Amino acid sequence: MSSFIVTRRGLLRTGALSGLALAAPMHFVRGAYAEDKMSCNVPTGDTVTFGFNVPLSGPYADEGQDELKAYKLAVKHLNGEGDGGMLPTFSSKALKGNGILGKKVAFVSGDTQTKADAARDSAKRMVEKDGAVVITGGSSSAEAVAVQSLCQDLGVIFMTGLTHSNDTTGKDKKRYGFRHFFNAYMSGIGLGPVIGEAYGADRKAYHLTADYTWGWTQEESMKAATEKLGWQTVKTVRTPLGIGDYSQYITPVLNSGADVLILNHYGKDMINSLTQAVQFGLRDKQVNGKQFEIVVPLFSELMAQGAGEAIKGIYGTANWDWKLTDPGTKAFTQSFGKEYGTPPSQAAHTCYVQALLYADACERAGTFYAPEVIKALEGFDFDGLGNGPTLYRAEDHQCFKDILVVQGKEAPKDKFDLLEVRKIIPAKDVTYDAKIFGGDLGPADAKTC
Amino acid sequence: MDAILLQILNGLDKGGAYALIALGLTLVFGTLGVVNFAHGALFMMGAFCAVAFNKLLTLQSVTIDPSQTTPWGSPMEVRQPYVEAWLGESGKFLVDYSVPASILLAIPVMLIVGIAMERGLIRHFYKRPHSEQILVTFGLAIVIQEIIKHYFGANPIPQPAPAAFRGTAAVGEMIGLGQGLPYPWWRLIYLAFSLSIIGAVFAFLRFTTYGMVVRAGMRDRETVGLLGINIERRFTVVFGIAAVVAGVAGVMYTPILPPDYHIGMEFLVLSFVVVVVGGMGSLGGAVLAGFLLGILQSFASMNEVKAIIPGIDQIIIYLVAVVVLLTLPRGLMGRAGVMEE
Repeated sequence: MSSFIVTRRGLLRTGALSGLALAAPMHFVRGAYAEDKMSCNVPTGDTVTFGFNVPLSGPYADEGQDELKAYKLAVKHLNGEGDGGMLPTFSSKALKGNGILGKKVAFVSGDTQTKADAARDSAKRMVEKDGAVVITGGSSSAEAVAVQSLCQDLGVIFMTGLTHSNDTTGKDKKRYGFRHFFNAYMSGIGLGPVIGEAYGADRKAYHLTADYTWGWTQEESMKAATEKLGWQTVKTVRTPLGIGDYSQYITPVLNSGADVLILNHYGKDMINSLTQAVQFGLRDKQVNGKQFEIVVPLFSELMAQGAGEAIKGIYGTANWDWKLTDPGTKAFTQSFGKEYGTPPSQAAHTCYVQALLYADACERAGTFYAPEVIKALEGFDFDGLGNGPTLYRAEDHQCFKDILVVQGKEAPKDKFDLLEVRKIIPAKDVTYDAKIFGGDLGPADAKTC
Repeated sequence: MDAILLQILNGLDKGGAYALIALGLTLVFGTLGVVNFAHGALFMMGAFCAVAFNKLLTLQSVTIDPSQTTPWGSPMEVRQPYVEAWLGESGKFLVDYSVPASILLAIPVMLIVGIAMERGLIRHFYKRPHSEQILVTFGLAIVIQEIIKHYFGANPIPQPAPAAFRGTAAVGEMIGLGQGLPYPWWRLIYLAFSLSIIGAVFAFLRFTTYGMVVRAGMRDRETVGLLGINIERRFTVVFGIAAVVAGVAGVMYTPILPPDYHIGMEFLVLSFVVVVVGGMGSLGGAVLAGFLLGILQSFASMNEVKAIIPGIDQIIIYLVAVVVLLTLPRGLMGRAGVMEE
């Protein structure tokens, strides 16, 4: 039978060893405190999965494909492959090109079909089945609003793609949703003075408006901006989405007394309505002793390609253009051009930037835990991503930065050179009070899935 | 008055497109008894014949100019269209008229596609229920769409009308109503074109022996077969003709609506309503209903009409269909016994 004798030396040695043993795990989990706080799909392995939710079919499929190209490039750059793109020009130096928080970035993608319900289904699958920690992408406001609401419910951050409706960061804003792209209100503020200067203060405008959330807010914003110039609004007409032939809506414009037609249409609708308005000779008409003009508040390079000759001389606004000369734009255009042989569209740019911004926020927060990442994005000031100094405003999750007034080029060199940047509207001029569009961000509660 | 005349013109050119598609649908239904949901895809394929022909004419030689670089640092490619280099001004003229010229490509292509479609797939579904025919032809339409999207992308591809027809015609002066009433030249040409194609199809069926046999086959297929005539083969050719009609309608529509892979579907549903309103199997009914619905749709879009009945522009076609079918269950000119079993 052995006897158990406690000595002073033995007690001290045992105490020291026990203390060391208890303290050791703290050394290995240092910096990983937040993983104790789990939110939906916080990665536990050595990869982190992004969910790219883009339209690969439907009317905005070409834009969606450009978005996906940009996302793939962003993943490359985040993982330290390629030339790094905008990582070196980005003012935040948290990203080192070694993934995010030491984890390699992987991705899954889904086809939104340019439909809100399909976009929701696809985002849900990527979160629930593929383990995506963030959802990003999309080319329409209807999709963005639907997916944003889903992501709020799931507790997954949604970095929107191309969405221009005021509602996305207005009445439908969500704590888990973040928009880098500009909005219809900003288009109105930016475009108003330029068309006022070009066409004068005594004008009569006729609006044709796509009958959904984006169209309504675009019409409202343009109406406010032009009426502020002294223009009179003759008529606002809502048109169904995707009707193809707009002749029955264009012919009433001929005898309406209006001398400006504002087309609040986007995508294929814009291509068709603009092409047909030009065919009906509107731009050759003289009304009220003035040259008849057409304005398209929002258009993109891809749409300009679809509209062909009709886009020449038309004023509009854009979030970004590859021909800008800042270092961020140059680096991204070079990187994208080398990879794919074409310059990037504004849809590609905003998506690339959103992927980087999310990754950077995780690095700065030191965690993938969603509420902490949200805090890191809210009120974040940055530069070097192509739009000059930018603020991700905490109150509505809308980015405030310079926007562009563009005009269809009269003599383009090729199909990528269709737009000319006419004016850069400074961020301070397009900044507005977050309260004007109402809405409530809702809680940032973490959810597990 | 001007506004009303303009809406009538709008309705007529829109109705022309509906009538051409509905005519082909009715021909196929009347001869083969097949409800062909891939007919819109044939319209779209015709439109893409124009796109392909234009791409062919604008094929370019590419040389690298090392003295210039792209914004991403690659050497600049200098492109020169072959046709313009070889033919000079004549080449430019040919490119300018590529849309009407592409009809020459579309006719044989659509004839072959139509016959291949009928022989390769649709013939296996003659005796199957209409629901199965709809499913298989709808599936076929989706396959064709995806193939076109793969090769041409999803973005609409503009096809300008020849420069001489890009402006507007002073219709008011033409009909003695003074100035005003400007209407795009190409839409007027499209209207004339659709009327002439409709006339040609009717003349073919009415005044040729071939057409007479086809009409007889539409009435009583078995008796015509008993007379030793291979009616199956004639119906296959009719399917090819229907494909050609849809195809050339698509070609000529490209300057009005830049085509994309989905353009056929946009017309298909409305064209089916046109066929039903006109009367299943009635060629005259399809044409009449096409123009009628086109005009009514245009009038329903007038601000004055919408002020009285908001949203009427979006439901008028279906409203008319309901009223016609309630009062004339066989449609405007439908025959007894068609789809009534």
